[in-house]
Amino acid sequence: MIELIGALMPASVAAHAPALLVAVPMLMAPFAAILPNGRLAWLCTIFATGFSLLMAIVLLTQVRSIEGGAVISYAMGGWEPPAGIEFRIDALNAIVLLLVSGIGFLAAIFGWPSIKAEILNAKIAMFFSAYLMCFCGLLGVAATGDAFNLFVFLEISSIATYVLVALGYSRDRRALPAAANYVLMGTIGASFFVIGVGFLYAATGTLNIAELAIRLQDVADSKAVLAGYAFIFVGLGLKAAMFPLHQWLPNAYAYSPNFVTMFLAATATKVAIYALIRFLFTVFGTDFAFEGTSLVWVLMPMGIAAMVACSFQAVFQTDIKRTLAYSSVAQVGYILLGVSIGTAAGVSAGMLHLVNHGIIKGALFMAVSGVVLVYQGTSLNDFRGLGQSAPWTMTAFAISGLSLIGIPLTAGFQSKYALVSALLDQGWWWAAMILMFTSVLALIYIGRILEAIFFRAPTNPNKRQKEAPMIMLVPLWILALSSIWIGVDATFLKSLTDAAALSLFGQGAL
Amino acid sequence: MLEFVLERGNYWAVIGLMMIGLYIVFASTNLLKRLVGLATFQTSILLFYVSLSRINGGTAPILYGKDYYGDKPKGDEGAALDKSVDASLTAGDVGYVKSLEDFEHIYSNPLPHVLMLTAIVVGVATLAVGLAITVRIREAYGTVEADEIREMDLDVAISEAIDELEEREAAEGSGSA
Repeated sequence: MIELIGALMPASVAAHAPALLVAVPMLMAPFAAILPNGRLAWLCTIFATGFSLLMAIVLLTQVRSIEGGAVISYAMGGWEPPAGIEFRIDALNAIVLLLVSGIGFLAAIFGWPSIKAEILNAKIAMFFSAYLMCFCGLLGVAATGDAFNLFVFLEISSIATYVLVALGYSRDRRALPAAANYVLMGTIGASFFVIGVGFLYAATGTLNIAELAIRLQDVADSKAVLAGYAFIFVGLGLKAAMFPLHQWLPNAYAYSPNFVTMFLAATATKVAIYALIRFLFTVFGTDFAFEGTSLVWVLMPMGIAAMVACSFQAVFQTDIKRTLAYSSVAQVGYILLGVSIGTAAGVSAGMLHLVNHGIIKGALFMAVSGVVLVYQGTSLNDFRGLGQSAPWTMTAFAISGLSLIGIPLTAGFQSKYALVSALLDQGWWWAAMILMFTSVLALIYIGRILEAIFFRAPTNPNKRQKEAPMIMLVPLWILALSSIWIGVDATFLKSLTDAAALSLFGQGAL
Repeated sequence: MLEFVLERGNYWAVIGLMMIGLYIVFASTNLLKRLVGLATFQTSILLFYVSLSRINGGTAPILYGKDYYGDKPKGDEGAALDKSVDASLTAGDVGYVKSLEDFEHIYSNPLPHVLMLTAIVVGVATLAVGLAITVRIREAYGTVEADEIREMDLDVAISEAIDELEEREAAEGSGSA
């Protein structure tokens, strides 16, 4: 089906797909803001995100058209790289683009009832405008091939995110301090990144990522490059919520509007992780002596610490959104553990988990916002007995929850299996043991919620039989079913992530 | 040693400002002061980039003197020549672009300045959003001190936890009955 969409696209559109992918939501954002009512802005958002999804699919077919993955280089405004800004799509970021635009599109369709209930009527158009800016920023980070441009897109998406998180104040005023904290941490992270890019520019005289990779080989021992590496590593780590730089995340996720939580949990940290992978393996490369050390001595321990510590924290939360937020940090730990192996198999497993976790967390938070819309409240008590009153919503929640734990026949199992086999190949059997142990912790915190949902009497007997509206159920079930589909047959996704890993490590690395 | 320190005056200034900014962000409890620290931190980055672009004896990157006119005649004749050069440049002929060595004067690198123009915009936008959120915090909490806000939130969280515990006990009581 994907090939068909690619073939049907007119050549003029297909040739400019990298630019249109980002430009359409960006141009639609101010347009949505001036629309007179929220419903029009919503339709406008669906159009823009749907168009981006289409472009992402077209790009994926273009990348897959050649054995081993084509590299699409798009010169922005006709200015040839390396002087001009380049959008560069290869097997690695094609997946990220597909994930972000796919989740963005489903979220846009799904969001209307939830946003209407939580955001002031007069602000809905502006809300969608901010959402589109955030969406286009994330896509831009994934698509661009220019280091400074990456910073600008990172900040576009972040600034929009701060606004979106702060809008949760109409439900709970604690959203405001959470957003303020996020502003401080996020800006420090982005500033660290830009300092690092400054060092690399001083050492090489270029900002183009592909060109940087070539020129850095000659100056790899320079102190400026080492400092630049450290700054970029920490800066992107902050954005990706790498343990222990994740302190902004639980509050920001817990108090922002449910729609925003759902979108951010599925995409924002994933894009930052993509940027980290891009810098670790494309720009610096595994030959860079400093990198091997930092992977083994920084990234791997931090990944494991996140898995253990944040899974434990998730177990002790009484609020469902906080539980899932801590679990998000733990899952970032799994992804970074995969990346820190530093082999093609490890990065492929990390990417697989990145996509799966995006789908799983998206579905979980969608189900939560469906519950909030109908029954209010996100505490464990509020979820009691919902298995009887909202079976469809809660079955999708249960499927995604099982997938998060890693039960066979779900997406989570596939990526954890890939992670464990990559770890065992490397001889890190103890890391694989810790991974098993934290999966048990996931079983506890998800099992606790599922137990309350399906085996407890409702706290409030007046709760009527009421599902989330159909418009929310359809995207939710699309994500839940795709999680099962990946669990049963992961060959398609596996071929994508393997191609991504090979594009970083060269052919024959697997 | 002294020479080493003095030669790198710009970097010391950048490091100093950066550390001052970061220290304010972490040490201050007042949200406004934290934003001031953040702005200081970001400004130090502007200084860092701009000082990178500086070349000893370099001037503003605008071609002048022989670099601009070359051996070209002045007046209308020169303007006509300019036009033909422009035309061939747009047509993609790069033969007219001089390499750095051919220039009579030394120019600073213009690129970091341009980058920092963007970074200034980003910084202003961040500061604006930060201040707007601070205004909302003042409206919702009546204070901009982070520790007071934290205490208020803690009180709310504790009372919520107690409510929930009672609710759960009540539910279990009714369930067993």
